[in-house]
Order: sequence, then structure tokens, then C-alpha cells
Amino acid sequence: MNDTQHLSSQFDDELARLRTHVLQMGGLVETQVSAAIDAYSTGEVASIKTIVETDRKVNELEKAIDDDCAHIIAKRQPTASDLRLILGISKIVTDLERAGDEAKKIAKGVRRIYENGHLPGQYGVGVRHLAEAALTMVRRALDAFARLDTPQAADVIRADTDVDAEFKSIIRQLITHMMEDPRTITTSIEIISIARAIERIGDHAKNVSEQVVFIVEGRDIRHTKEKAQ
Amino acid sequence: MQIHDTPALKAEARNLNFYYSEKQALKGINMPIYDKKVTALIGPSGCGKSTYLRSFNRMHDLYPGNRYEGEIRFFPDNTNLLSPDVDPIEVRMRIGMVFQKPNPFPKTIFENVAYGLRVRGENNKRTLDDKVEHALKGAAIWDEVKDRLQDMAPNLSGGQQQRLCIARALATDPELLLFDEPTSALDPIATGAIEELVHELKKRVTILIVTHNMQQAARVSDYTAYMYLGEMIEFGKTDQIFIKPNDKRTEDYITGRMG
Repeated sequence: MNDTQHLSSQFDDELARLRTHVLQMGGLVETQVSAAIDAYSTGEVASIKTIVETDRKVNELEKAIDDDCAHIIAKRQPTASDLRLILGISKIVTDLERAGDEAKKIAKGVRRIYENGHLPGQYGVGVRHLAEAALTMVRRALDAFARLDTPQAADVIRADTDVDAEFKSIIRQLITHMMEDPRTITTSIEIISIARAIERIGDHAKNVSEQVVFIVEGRDIRHTKEKAQ
Repeated sequence: MQIHDTPALKAEARNLNFYYSEKQALKGINMPIYDKKVTALIGPSGCGKSTYLRSFNRMHDLYPGNRYEGEIRFFPDNTNLLSPDVDPIEVRMRIGMVFQKPNPFPKTIFENVAYGLRVRGENNKRTLDDKVEHALKGAAIWDEVKDRLQDMAPNLSGGQQQRLCIARALATDPELLLFDEPTSALDPIATGAIEELVHELKKRVTILIVTHNMQQAARVSDYTAYMYLGEMIEFGKTDQIFIKPNDKRTEDYITGRMG
């Protein structure tokens, strides 16, 4: 990435503001995910309302950032690293927003489980661990973006394989539960969709990291076996 | 996209140095010009891009003290354009040039285009009529001037004058066209017309274009060369240069970071 300043200091300001907004948005999504995980463990239904409200802010930020990207393209005709930054950001915000949506799904699932008088912890033992792993991915992906740190981005991409494997093992475990005791089916299905949402959050963190590699190195590593160095 | 065959060479600079008397303006330029492709030269003022462009049709010969070293090979015959044995007039028949400001002769539209042919000794009226029409059509200005070929060329609008100059350059069927900032004196509409024309022309002629407008280079060219202080810093496919340049100096220039 290029640290030299532009001749136009306004352009520098615009890009700096854009990056700050992305990190702000990322911060909100991170809080959403983390609050959703806490709700899962504690059944703290009050925080669920906050998660849904935060989602509104996240959506607003997504639109504002997209709008800023469009303005910068129209006004500045960015090229090379600037162009990659803008393109990368417009993809990153889509993933962040979707990660936020997944957090909302988790929160709502948790609420349904508790409302039915169950405790999710009884069944999905590995879910908490899976969620921590996905949350770490989100944190590190945002960190990689903030520092334009490709080795860190590469770590996140690798971590996604573990999260996927863990998700599959949780599903197997829940299927076993359901076969042993059909009374657990309702709750198990809720937990499956929660685990699924967590796994998706990991995917979004991975996508963000892939964009970081594109922004820094100009390599498009999506849908390839190619890994960031 | 990796699916790409390297096109044939139309010309190639080999270790080209150029001196305005003592001052060295070009330093060891090595660069291919691919056949029937558009190559854009970009770089800040004074970087040598116009000097380089003008070397192709030996315009520097007009001033004493100017000196070339190295070669510009011109294909398919593999002539060294800079060799003292090569007649500059003959070179200019094969290599046309269009300048920054339209510079029609103070003659009629017809005579402007016919001029190069007459210099060549062509006086047959039928042939001249045909070739002038063909050149004017090639420069996408025929429909606008076909009913007023005997009007004075300087009465045309700026954009029309520039297309007339392109027609004049096309009349002698050149193999290479040199454009030195061809649209910097034109409004956006006329600029668009010229860019469209460049796109059409590359079907039959190789084009080398100097431009200060980076977006123009990105729009019209297949290859781009970035020059700085008389050196060629980076040459590559235009898509690559504008998305992921390899050299930090190219990156700084095209992203507007050059001080």
C-alpha cells in the first residue's frame, strides 16, 4: 500500500475518512457478534434488543460508505492502490453487513430457545467455542484491514477451515442428540441454525481478509486454492 | 487475463539515448511498439515522452546539435529509423504525426489532405479525389465536410480541424501514427470523437500517443509506458499499469501522489 500523500490533500482526507468509517462499521459488527454469543451463554434477552438496534446503524453505515465510494470514483477516478482500496472496501462493507445480519439471527434464535424454556448450553456444547473462533476471525480480519497486514489476513483465511470443520462436527453431534431423544428436535434445529450463522460469520471474515490481500497485493485469491503469503 | 499472445512488433527502441546538445533527454530507452495496438506514453512534463515520440519521425534532425544514440528498429523491414542512411522524408511518409494544437495549412480542406500526396508526386485528379475521400472517411470527418471541400480549413471548429489533421496524416497510408497530446486543446465532446477514432484506426495502423490525461491513456491504449526524467520506468499492458503497477514511481504518478 502507498503511504505517500496525494497532491490533493482533500483526496487523502476522503480516503482516510472512508477507512475510518469501515473500521467503525466493523467495530459495531464485532460488538453485535460478541453480544450475540454472550446472549447464547447467559440468556440475557435484553441485549438482543440492542443487537437489533445496532443492526440499523450498521445498515446506515453500509449505505453511507457505498455512497462515499461512488463519490470518490466519480470525482477522483482512482487508480492502482487507490482503486483497489475503493473496490475492496465496497465488497468488505457488504460482508460486514451480512455478518451483522447473522448476529441478529443468532440473537433471535437464542431468544426463541429461552422463551421455550430451554437452555442452549445443554445441547450445543461446541457452539460457544465455534463462536469464539468466528469472533476472533472477525477481529483479526478488521485488524488486518486497519494495518493492511496480509500475513494476518492469511491467518484468518486459514482459520476458516477449522471453523468449517468444527461446524460440521457440531451438526453431527446434534443429529445424534435428535435421534436419541426426539424431544430435543425443536431446540436442536434452532441451535443448528445458530451454528450455521456463526459459520457464515467466519466466511464473511474470510472474505474481508481476501479483500485485504487484493487491496495490498492486487491478487484476487477468491475461489482459489492460492493462499496469501 | 493470461490468455494473450504477444502481438507482432511494429517498432522497437533499443538502448535509445537522445541529447539536446549537452543535455541528455532520453536515457537508455528500451521499449517495444506492438503492431496495430495503441501504446500510450505517460509521465510528468519534461520526462522525455514528447522527445521520444518525435525521435520516431526524425523531427529532432531539424535542429543542429541534437544527437541520437542507439536504435529505433522499424518492422517488418527492420530499418533503423535513426540511421543517417535513412531519409527523414521517406520516414515521415510511413510515420504520420498529429500535434497538440490542430495545425491545418491555410489551404482548402481538400488541399490539406491532398498535400502529402502531391509532395509524393501524385497529380492524377481521380486518384487524389479517391484518396482524400478515403482519408477523410478514415478520420470520421467526411460526412461533415463532403459538401464543402473547397472551404478554407482554418474555418473548421477545433475538433474538426484536429480530425482533418488526422486525415492529412492518414492520406499517405502511414504504418505508424504519432499523436502528441491530440486532445489537450479540445472540449470533451471533440475529445470523445478523437478517442473513438483512435479505437477505429488501430484496426489498420499502429498508434503511439503522448497524453497528460491519465484517464485517456487508460481508455484508449492497449499498452502504457511510464517515463520519468528521461527514463522508461515501466512498460506494461494498460490494465496492469492502472490496477497493479509494479514500480512505486508509476504508482505514485498515476494515483496523483507525485510531488
